[in-house]
Amino acid sequence: MTDTPLLKVSGVSKFYGSRIGCKDVNFELWPGEVLAIVGESGSGKTTLLNCLSTRLMPTAGSVEYRMRDGNFRDLYHMSEAERRFLMRTDWGFVHQNPADGLRMTVSAGANVGERLMAVGDRHYGKIRETATDWLGRVEISADRIDDQPRAFSGGMRQRLQIARNLVTGPRLVFMDEPTGGLDVSVQARLLDLVRGLVNDLGLAAIVVTHDLAVARLLSHRMIVMKDGHVIEHGLTDRVLDDPREPYTQLLVSSILQV
Amino acid sequence: MSADLATYNFAYLDEQTKRMIRRAILKAIAIPGYQVPFASREMPMPYGWGTGGVQVTASIIGPDDVLKVIDQGADDTTNAVSIRAFFQKVADVAVTTHTKDATIIQTRHRIPEQKLTEGQVLVYQVPIPEPLRFLEPRETETRKMHALEEYGLMHVKLYEDIAINGRISKTYAYPVKVDGRYVMDPSPTPKFDNPKMHMSDALQLFGAGREKRIYAVPPHTEVVSLDFEDYPFEIQTFEQDCALCGAHGVYLDEVVLDDKGGRMFVCSDTDHCEDRREHGHVGAMLAQDSVKGQEAAE
Ligand SMILES: Nc1ncnc2c1ncn2[C@@H]1O[C@H](COP(=O)(O)OP(=O)(O)O)[C@@H](O)[C@H]1O
Ligand SMILES: [Mg+2]
Ligand SMILES: [Zn+2]
Repeated sequence: MTDTPLLKVSGVSKFYGSRIGCKDVNFELWPGEVLAIVGESGSGKTTLLNCLSTRLMPTAGSVEYRMRDGNFRDLYHMSEAERRFLMRTDWGFVHQNPADGLRMTVSAGANVGERLMAVGDRHYGKIRETATDWLGRVEISADRIDDQPRAFSGGMRQRLQIARNLVTGPRLVFMDEPTGGLDVSVQARLLDLVRGLVNDLGLAAIVVTHDLAVARLLSHRMIVMKDGHVIEHGLTDRVLDDPREPYTQLLVSSILQV
Repeated sequence: MSADLATYNFAYLDEQTKRMIRRAILKAIAIPGYQVPFASREMPMPYGWGTGGVQVTASIIGPDDVLKVIDQGADDTTNAVSIRAFFQKVADVAVTTHTKDATIIQTRHRIPEQKLTEGQVLVYQVPIPEPLRFLEPRETETRKMHALEEYGLMHVKLYEDIAINGRISKTYAYPVKVDGRYVMDPSPTPKFDNPKMHMSDALQLFGAGREKRIYAVPPHTEVVSLDFEDYPFEIQTFEQDCALCGAHGVYLDEVVLDDKGGRMFVCSDTDHCEDRREHGHVGAMLAQDSVKGQEAAE
């Protein structure tokens, strides 16, 4: 980790009419750091993630991102073209439902290769080689490269979605409940895989989860949300082992009972 | 029918509609390959019969024009004959089957073999103008992709084709990039004709009636077929020559002769074929026939 943040979030709020989505969120994210956003359903996790990733315009606040040239840019003041370029090169977004992040009617190879083609790769053989390599890294056998994700299990689809996002070597990945729809045994394998990739690639990630076990396994730091507000923020081990807020204590104790 | 049509304006459409369509055409020419929306009108023929092309032709045709209409390269199909008859009736223009004599050529599927020249206009009838439609059904999204020049998806489609078929098997409506900017669907023409669009001396106009879009390739404009470095764009090649006129390197149609598997390949461009035969070129089939004829006479 360097001494300059990758992302600076200041006063981000999102209202749906008069209803609060999230309110006055502030934090910084460092390169290579994994931040978990936890809280129960309806607490504003997805709203915040969508604001940070510019999929949603916040009502107030700013998010600055350090570009590869070292300069900070305010995401909400970028042109749409610049933002979309950033999203498909330097960022990844892993949806809870893989169907939302994959093209279900084209092959696994094309799903992984799409970003490469989007940035101008025009050599079929090389694109295929890179796609094969990435399928291997997410533990999908090379002989499935021409199969459509429709034929894949939920866990495979999720791994394919991850490969599709990482192929351009992004520096920041957003994940919304990445293990949400999966069986427990499949979840564990996916979490191990994600943890390995994040470590190997030195990725920064913001992971939304309602599952504190996921936060424990993946994240360095965490944010606890309730009713759209950040009520606790700290190193993951500290928050989980020594929660300060009564609400966090409740959350932690309810998972420990399970 | 002629009595009814006689009460219509020259070339069927009223002047205000023509002005609206001409404005769309001018805009299309100014932004090569860009799909300009226009208020497509009801025409006295069903969609799928080239109502987009007919409206474009109706808006640019004048009393001195000479019109040729082709369908799959032929001047004598029902579709071509009825569109030609329509303009004879509503615009009283001269018609021809000879490519070189025409000032406006309305086409479905083919570009004539004879090289088009300056001053000629080729009007394409287009069923589906959006090349990105196949992978992205949302119109709002495809418009954005054009605006931001996000064309990665076109190559995804070609990638998929190679992955499944071992080569780019797409043989018609093969996507092109126009003037280094907009990706365009060249309508259901065979890819054989794509190179003819490139740096053409003629003006090329595309009309999609049901989809309400007009686009254009002005004369002397770059039209490049999309491909991969290791799978370059190639046109169809035919081993045979035309059985009737002996032409080589032209687009051929297969014609079934009998139910015993007999078949021949002939020019899809009927005018080109007739013109060659008039100039004494003879294909294998006609040569055989004339030998047989001589034998019978002896
Ligand atoms: N599109 C929307 N329109 C109106 N209210 C919304 C919308 N999306 C979310 N909300 C509301 O915002 C709050 C936060 O929702 P969300 O961000 O989805 O929470 P979480 O991801 O933590 O479950 C909830 O009260 C939810 O009902
Ligand atoms: Mg959510
Ligand atoms: Zn011929």
